[in-house]
Amino acid sequence: MSTYHSRAAGRLMVAPSVVLLFLWMIVPLGLTIYFSFLHYNLLMPGTETWTGFLNYSYFLTDPAFFTAIVNTLLIVVGVLIITIVGGILLALLLDQPMFGQGILRILVISPFFVMPTVAALVWKNMFMNPVSGLLAFLQKSMGFQPHDWLASTPLLAIIIIVAWQWLPFATLILLTALQSLDEEQREAAEMDGAGPVYRFIYIVMPHLGRAVTVVILIQTIFLLSVFAEILVTTNGGPGTDSTNLAYLVYAQALLQYDVGGASAGGIVAVILANIVAIFLMRMIGKTLEA
Amino acid sequence: MGSITLQQVNKKFGEVNVIPSIDLQVEEGEFVVFVGPSGCGKSTLLRLIAGLEDVTSGAVLIDGKDATRLPPAKRQLSMVFQSYALYPHMSVRANIAFPLKMAGMPKAEIDAKVADAAETLNLTDYLDRKPRQLSGGQRQRVAIGRAIVRQPSAFLFDEPLSNLDAALRVNMRLEISELHQQLKATMIYVTHDQVEAMTMADKIVVLNKGQVEQVGSPLDLYRSPANLFVAGFIGSPRMNFIRGAAAAAFGVETIGVRPEHMTILSEGGTWQGTVGVTEHLGSDTFLHVHTEDMGTLTVRAGGYVGFKPGDRVGITPDADRIHKFDGQGKAVK
Ligand SMILES: Nc1ncnc2c1ncn2[C@@H]1O[C@H](COP(=O)(O)OP(=O)(O)OP(=O)(O)O)[C@@H](O)[C@H]1O
Ligand SMILES: [Mg+2]
Repeated sequence: MSTYHSRAAGRLMVAPSVVLLFLWMIVPLGLTIYFSFLHYNLLMPGTETWTGFLNYSYFLTDPAFFTAIVNTLLIVVGVLIITIVGGILLALLLDQPMFGQGILRILVISPFFVMPTVAALVWKNMFMNPVSGLLAFLQKSMGFQPHDWLASTPLLAIIIIVAWQWLPFATLILLTALQSLDEEQREAAEMDGAGPVYRFIYIVMPHLGRAVTVVILIQTIFLLSVFAEILVTTNGGPGTDSTNLAYLVYAQALLQYDVGGASAGGIVAVILANIVAIFLMRMIGKTLEA
Repeated sequence: MGSITLQQVNKKFGEVNVIPSIDLQVEEGEFVVFVGPSGCGKSTLLRLIAGLEDVTSGAVLIDGKDATRLPPAKRQLSMVFQSYALYPHMSVRANIAFPLKMAGMPKAEIDAKVADAAETLNLTDYLDRKPRQLSGGQRQRVAIGRAIVRQPSAFLFDEPLSNLDAALRVNMRLEISELHQQLKATMIYVTHDQVEAMTMADKIVVLNKGQVEQVGSPLDLYRSPANLFVAGFIGSPRMNFIRGAAAAAFGVETIGVRPEHMTILSEGGTWQGTVGVTEHLGSDTFLHVHTEDMGTLTVRAGGYVGFKPGDRVGITPDADRIHKFDGQGKAVK
């Protein structure tokens, strides 16, 4: 692909897919932006009128909006911390030679294959239920008052459920990185007098840096839009205690039938996600270079 | 400081007996080279000395003290790995300083020692680079730098030059020899390159299938190899082995003659044959001569000789440089 003609031909060949992908992205985005400036309620079809930025000011001044942003960030940060710390520990454990290693690895990875709705329902009904849940049973058997996870600490409950789902992903990526560490480097450090802790700090952690970056970037993209877990467990409640941005947009559109307001919320979410992305790339994207 | 003794060291990986039993004495300040074909257990033996592998039975003494159960860090040894094993995310300075930092040395002292080592190894200009920004030879020197700052009682090298090109290898060979003279420390050096072994060693240990075939100075091994294996391994091109009637004339099973200990003549000679391939190196010519009953013999002739493929020639071995071996391959005096 170096001559002028081959480059021109190449461009012509990829043009259809580029056009298709461009339309695929730009049409929904354009429509959403357009709707966000309309007074558009599904309960009153055919009465759409141009309202300018009214939807935006309505959405941004909604007291739930601020809570939703905080909740969104708490979910992202909380899940990231749990999955990365837990992932590193699990990866270190799985890297040890032991009996039944293959089966154990599959078991550790399996939560990733469980659908979010199913996972959330299992946690809600079998673990966190204050009457019949396993956690309540454990607490009762130790003589404590059972804790109603979804009612009193809904956000924490959701963070735990989502972290449980993403832990295998983090573990898998970190385990692969761990296994690619040159054995001779580890031995050299051992001969240089570094004990297990120093080897972890000076040799293993820097080696894992890139993998951790990948985990943070990929998970952040998905964690910004956690939805199914909230829908099937707390419905964003009590009040707005566990409402994140994605859920707030949903509530606006499909519970209040306010397409215009939801579109405005969607655009706000897109802008926020981009801000987070830029911020992330600045902060840690550098480790991916080189 | 720096003597190492192996007493009936045995190493098994599961069922595989990699090193049946080795006794070996390395004196203080000696440059000892382990040579042997691939897979003969050189690296394993070195790693046993380093403490990176546990011996199955037997003892490793360092400076006369039992070190068999000591962890690697406590043995006062440094190792240079074949892959260099530099820490990729640390600068050259941090790499060299790492063992000192682990030993808890004060910062000022570390800086002085690192500067010293860098000076010795011509690395001063590269101290702030990362290993991946260095050439193979420079990386090699960083690995050596990391080994020398700690002032260990002995150095272990595992084929440190095998990743370098031929010219650089000759260079680094000299540098390591010079370093040995400068530091006067014990060095154990693993290689499968017999030129490295011959040029660098005070003492060569020839290994085969996990067993010591012979221990001696390079010239000892060259002049009086103890058996067929050593005779074939030391010397380049390889020694010619002759069986049958020609060997029976000396009353043994096999005789061996080095290519440089034969004279080639246009007629007459003890043995006759036809010239096959000739290799001209400028300083030497190697002729492969096909004989009727002794197979192909390699003969070295100094300078340029005019024999062409197909010529009939005679060969006369140097009578007092014929090596005789019995049925078990042992040398017969
Ligand atoms: N961890 C291990 N488990 C099982 N067998 C091993 C292990 N390490 C080495 N071996 C075996 O031990 C033998 C000696 O290996 P070693 O690495 O010491 O050879 P070497 O002489 O260094 O060869 P080379 O010149 O190719 O490096 C080989 O047959 C090898 O297959
Ligand atoms: Mg080896």
